[in-house]
Amino acid sequence: MSAPVQNPQHGPIIGPGHTFRSVTDKISAVVLSRQPVAWFIGFGISFLLANLLLVSIANLLFRGIGIWGVNIPVGWGFDIINFVWWIGIGHAGTLISAILLLFRQEWRTSINRFAEAMTLFAVACAGLYPVLHLGRPWLAYWLFPIPNTMGIWPNFRSPLMWDVFAVSTYATVSMLFWFVGLIPDLATLRDRSQSRVGKVIYGTLAMGWRGAAKHWHRYETAYLLLAGLSTPLVVSVHTIVSFDFAVGVIPGWHATIFPPYFVAGAVFAGFAMVLTLSIPLRKLYGLEDFITQRHLNNMARVMLATGMVVAYGYLMEIFMAWYSGNTFESFMVLNRFFGPYWPLYWLLIVCNIGAPQFLWFKRVRANPLALFVVAMFVNVGMWLERFVIIVVSLSRDFLPSSWGIYHGTFWDWSTFIGTMGLFMSLLFLFIRFLPMISIFEMRTLVPEAEVKEDLV
Amino acid sequence: MSHTQDPTAESPTRLDWNTVRERLQQHTGRTYWRSLDELADSENFQSFLHAEFPQEASILSAVGRRQFLQLMGASMALAGLSACTRQPEEKIVPYVKAPEQIVPGEPLYFASAMPTPGGALGVLVESHMGRPTKVEGNPDHPTSLGATDVFTQASILDLYDPDRSQVVRSVDEIRPWASFVESFRGAVEAQRANQGRGLRILTETVTSPTLAEQLRQILTLFPEAKWHQYEPCNQDAALGASVQCFGEAVHTAYHFDKADVVVSLGGDFLAGPNAVRATKDFTRRRRPSEQDKLNRLYVVEPTPTLTGAIADHRLPLRQSDMEAFAHALGAAAGLPLTSPSIMAPHQPWIAAVAADLRKSGGRSIVIAGPEQPAAVHVVAHHLNHALGNVGTTVTYTESLDTSQTGHLNSLRNLVVEMDAGNVAVLVILGGNPVYTTPADLKFVDSLKKVALRVHLSGYDDETSRLCNWHIPAAHYLESWSDVRSQDGTISIIQPLIAPLYSGKTAHEVLALLTDPAERPSHDIVKDHWKVRHPGPDFDHFWRRILHDGSVPDTAFPTKSLTPNADALRALAAPGASSSLDLLIRADSHVFDGRYANNGWLQELPKPMTKLTWDNTALIAPATAERLGLQSQDVVELKLQDRSVRAPVWVLPGQAPDTVTVHLGYGRTRAGRVGNGAGFNAYLLQASGFPWNATGLEVHKTGEQQLLACTQDHSSMEGRDIIRTLTLDEYEHGHEGQEKHEEMSLYPAYPSEGYAWAMSIDLSACVGCNACTIACQAENNIPIVGREQVGKGREMHWIRVDRYFEGDVDNPSTHHQPVPCMQCENAPCEVVCPVNATVHSSEGLNDMVYNRCVGTKYCSNNCPYKVRRFNFFKWNDTETESLKLQRNPDVTVRSYGVMEKCTYCVQRINYRRIQAKKEDRKIRDGEIVTACQQVCPADAIVFGSLHDPKSRVSELREDKRNYALLEELNTRPRTTYLAALRNPNPELGGKGKA
Repeated sequence: MSAPVQNPQHGPIIGPGHTFRSVTDKISAVVLSRQPVAWFIGFGISFLLANLLLVSIANLLFRGIGIWGVNIPVGWGFDIINFVWWIGIGHAGTLISAILLLFRQEWRTSINRFAEAMTLFAVACAGLYPVLHLGRPWLAYWLFPIPNTMGIWPNFRSPLMWDVFAVSTYATVSMLFWFVGLIPDLATLRDRSQSRVGKVIYGTLAMGWRGAAKHWHRYETAYLLLAGLSTPLVVSVHTIVSFDFAVGVIPGWHATIFPPYFVAGAVFAGFAMVLTLSIPLRKLYGLEDFITQRHLNNMARVMLATGMVVAYGYLMEIFMAWYSGNTFESFMVLNRFFGPYWPLYWLLIVCNIGAPQFLWFKRVRANPLALFVVAMFVNVGMWLERFVIIVVSLSRDFLPSSWGIYHGTFWDWSTFIGTMGLFMSLLFLFIRFLPMISIFEMRTLVPEAEVKEDLV
Repeated sequence: MSHTQDPTAESPTRLDWNTVRERLQQHTGRTYWRSLDELADSENFQSFLHAEFPQEASILSAVGRRQFLQLMGASMALAGLSACTRQPEEKIVPYVKAPEQIVPGEPLYFASAMPTPGGALGVLVESHMGRPTKVEGNPDHPTSLGATDVFTQASILDLYDPDRSQVVRSVDEIRPWASFVESFRGAVEAQRANQGRGLRILTETVTSPTLAEQLRQILTLFPEAKWHQYEPCNQDAALGASVQCFGEAVHTAYHFDKADVVVSLGGDFLAGPNAVRATKDFTRRRRPSEQDKLNRLYVVEPTPTLTGAIADHRLPLRQSDMEAFAHALGAAAGLPLTSPSIMAPHQPWIAAVAADLRKSGGRSIVIAGPEQPAAVHVVAHHLNHALGNVGTTVTYTESLDTSQTGHLNSLRNLVVEMDAGNVAVLVILGGNPVYTTPADLKFVDSLKKVALRVHLSGYDDETSRLCNWHIPAAHYLESWSDVRSQDGTISIIQPLIAPLYSGKTAHEVLALLTDPAERPSHDIVKDHWKVRHPGPDFDHFWRRILHDGSVPDTAFPTKSLTPNADALRALAAPGASSSLDLLIRADSHVFDGRYANNGWLQELPKPMTKLTWDNTALIAPATAERLGLQSQDVVELKLQDRSVRAPVWVLPGQAPDTVTVHLGYGRTRAGRVGNGAGFNAYLLQASGFPWNATGLEVHKTGEQQLLACTQDHSSMEGRDIIRTLTLDEYEHGHEGQEKHEEMSLYPAYPSEGYAWAMSIDLSACVGCNACTIACQAENNIPIVGREQVGKGREMHWIRVDRYFEGDVDNPSTHHQPVPCMQCENAPCEVVCPVNATVHSSEGLNDMVYNRCVGTKYCSNNCPYKVRRFNFFKWNDTETESLKLQRNPDVTVRSYGVMEKCTYCVQRINYRRIQAKKEDRKIRDGEIVTACQQVCPADAIVFGSLHDPKSRVSELREDKRNYALLEELNTRPRTTYLAALRNPNPELGGKGKA
């Protein structure tokens, strides 16, 4: 048996000693055998929090949006902050699955399934907010261009309108991509499931996959096409989300740098979340062989790179405020530095610029615990970034007479924490019922899959 | 949410006054600032952090629910938001005989008059299908000339207030009116035998000639009976001074339109219930015109007022120094007075004012406020005489106040007699003496000694509670009566609707004393006028005075009087005080407490503090620093044995060592809106001199109370928001106010039809808030309550911004009304995803409520923040009476939709229909928006820009014209005219003292 696939510079992307069988056994066992106690505890807590979300939504629909802290001038608060935050988190999934696939980055294999699932669930959480933040959520369908007898169309000039298309396209393509990638593994589970119910459900979802060469051929084509489709979405979604702000006139919003800066921020946040979730999971399910140090190292590098782009964005905002000579812009910057929300701004700088600097050090990148801490900082920092952009800018705009202060209420927090509960619940269910690492793709990484010259 | 907070839970950073001063000194040039917190750069962050953590949505708590009920009670709504619910079945019955004049959908206007404390305002009332919906000024009435004020606008809500008293009550029992009549007649018969020795009638200032005549008849029938008058905001000091000067109580009328120089000694003549005409006259001289030169106003006052805010020179002075100031000014102007030494620091100021007064050559006014002691009034009378003002700018007429000895004396006499057991029957017609009498009179104890106490009142209030009988009074919009305004002009009050709650008028109650049979007030009033105007043409006369809204030639004739020099000689040398002064003033909105249950008035931000729903103890920054106090700290105010607890509000411009409290709050039986708002300042009042006192003690309690302030959130530095020019700069050009070029990628709108636009003259605007409340009445705008205002969710479509400029101890104050700018390049329109806010061909930025889904994006993107959002269902759709109040031409908004100023599009369309029917264009000036119509300063002009001759087009050509934030290229259709100030060159500067 030859040595495992290995890049001498970066360490292995799969642990030593694995065969087709061991990979399949190991990953499918997570689904097909009994879950550890930690799963039940984790899912239980998450499910409770998801119920908090239901209570919050029911209360919101019953009493009105006034239960939140939004006011005039701060018309958007936790709702849009969380929307952008969740959408940002969703970015890593597509990036890993589509762009890294096209670039033939094999190391993506063990984390792509998982990152895609995370994307879907994050987009589901994000998708709740644009509906819930409406004064009249039951009319949300008016944002879609549905032909109607009154001949009223949405306003195609509005970035919120573009958001509808961007996010729904993104959700659809991500879903397809994820599902198509799952098909061979669903077939594996169908074959290995002991229970009748499992066989039927996995069998239905596997859509008759028999592993024929024709299947594989079509699968590869479809998967590649979907990857090509998804690639522009990585850039487009957050670009359009950034238009929500950049198109506005409010100082702190009205900036041309927003699209690239938002995209970089989204990838930054997405990788931070992948790290946040994968580090505990690989430990819990003993998957260190599949999600290796090399994976963690690579993800940390992406975070560092995108984090620097984000830092550049922050600096440019400050520079432009000075360079433009616009009093409103320079006040906006000073207000971030020293205004009523100054601690949040500086905390944001610490989290998003300060913390990632540790990733320059190999020792930090090699230490899962340290990486986890940095990732948590980035998760918080990216939330704060949206808080600063949305709330701090709105709270003090042009006329000081209408300046105000915003703070989240109980229901703001409960909705936010509730979506985290929903996200985690979905994730736990995903771990429980679907292979969180692509089995068939992992199999291509083991030494047996190497095409051996002498056999030909 | 608890009203008073545990101080440990939230303690905003303390303000460092030295920092404030230093920061101000560092600034060069014109700097505006809004809040002291901001100046000191102190942080609201602690409160933010605190509130970040769940305080729990307060609506769920018990207090919140009560508040919610209050809102329900006082705001407005419509029955028709029934997208998903079934309408209840109703029978629709057509008129068998259609009432005369009523055309469905067409409003009718009736002339009437609103009785004000001590006067009246001539009004035209809009009536839709028999229900009055809006009160406007009567252009033909000398008190109004078409404008009104906040009280008049809000009176329509009082009419429909579900908390108004609805039944006759005897102690705790609801009784029929007949039962009262029987019981009352019995008591009166007993009095008839002894000539009415035990009969007393207590009224407020009687302004109705018919009522005065009825009282005269009663006093003839019952020679031993007595009539007392008491009104808390009376003219005792002014009338007392006129007795000293002229030997008789006379009313002093000021003609501001003729005055070049006005000096106010603590006189806030631009505020209060009888200020419409004064504002109209005064502001006529605040804008440049070809006939008149700009007037100049000097104000010396202990507490900031609207009059002080518009002054060219303002001197904050302690109340205890006001007399000394009057002496010093008198001496400087040539009166035989000596200038007290304590006025030495102000001598250059005083000399400049005196010189200006003398230069004006009989075209000046020296006015003393009703809260000033008689001595100040005496000096003012003599100054006006010496300056030759009497007969031109100042005239004397008969006074409406017939109390002779003054209201407090009249009340004191009544208390003495009640204590002595001489009073068997006390009839209280209006007023609320249990609440409004100074605390030291112990009116309640005395009242209880009276056997039969009858109270006629619109609300079952504090006084009603302590009376044997409470009779619900009819609102002035449901009564027949007559009333005299301060200049003497009589108007007939005619009802617009039958009493909603079987209210009675004072005429009907008094008629029980004189007439064997009950008589409706219509007959009583008409019979009175039949006597006054006998002859065959009475019917014609009656119809004419009803139609015109005033009786011709009833204004009081001018009296020619010369002040008695002895009065001046008799003045004692003014003293000084080293302790804290307490000032008690009527509130700018709830006045003496009579309007406490009016949600519109409660939620109207007070002009100087922008506070709503509460009264406060106002103190100067320097005093706050010395006492270690901050805004919202609760203190105990102690004056001799009387004390109240009050939240502090630090107000720049307040005189040092002076605490101002306002009346009208702390009501216990006002109704659901007024109860529990603020503290009762009457508890500090002494009957000796009710307005001012010295020797106040202030004790910290360590507690804090959250106050709902609509605007004092932040500061402004260097932004070009309110432009102010001195007369000199205006006439000779000025620098630094560049014009921004207007650019657009879109083609220009075709210039046909109309292009609606508004011009707001900041020279004329006094900041009285009348526009805000007129808009509220016209556009069915709900109120939201203290808590929601505190969260920044007030709904006013036009707000009045207030900015301070300069020195923290004596800042210049600027007011700016801000409605929707109706931008041609509206940032709100682009961003709405559902096309709910769109541009009309005439330039209106239309809001389509039905289409709005409530993203709030439009509000976020509005640079002027004039959009308002229904965060909850604010409108009361349950209360029957409130359904009647609404303007049927304006949609009532439900929850989740955005709303904003529409330029009164319903009024535009009404006129458009009329013009189309007559096949003509809409004439300039034909469309009058609600804010424009109410404005007593005529600061707002509306019209079409496509008509080059329209007034608004002409004003746009004025060099004072500018657009707010025009550098954003929003191209607002609402533009401003820069404020003009006319400071005395000898005093230099930008108009500060």
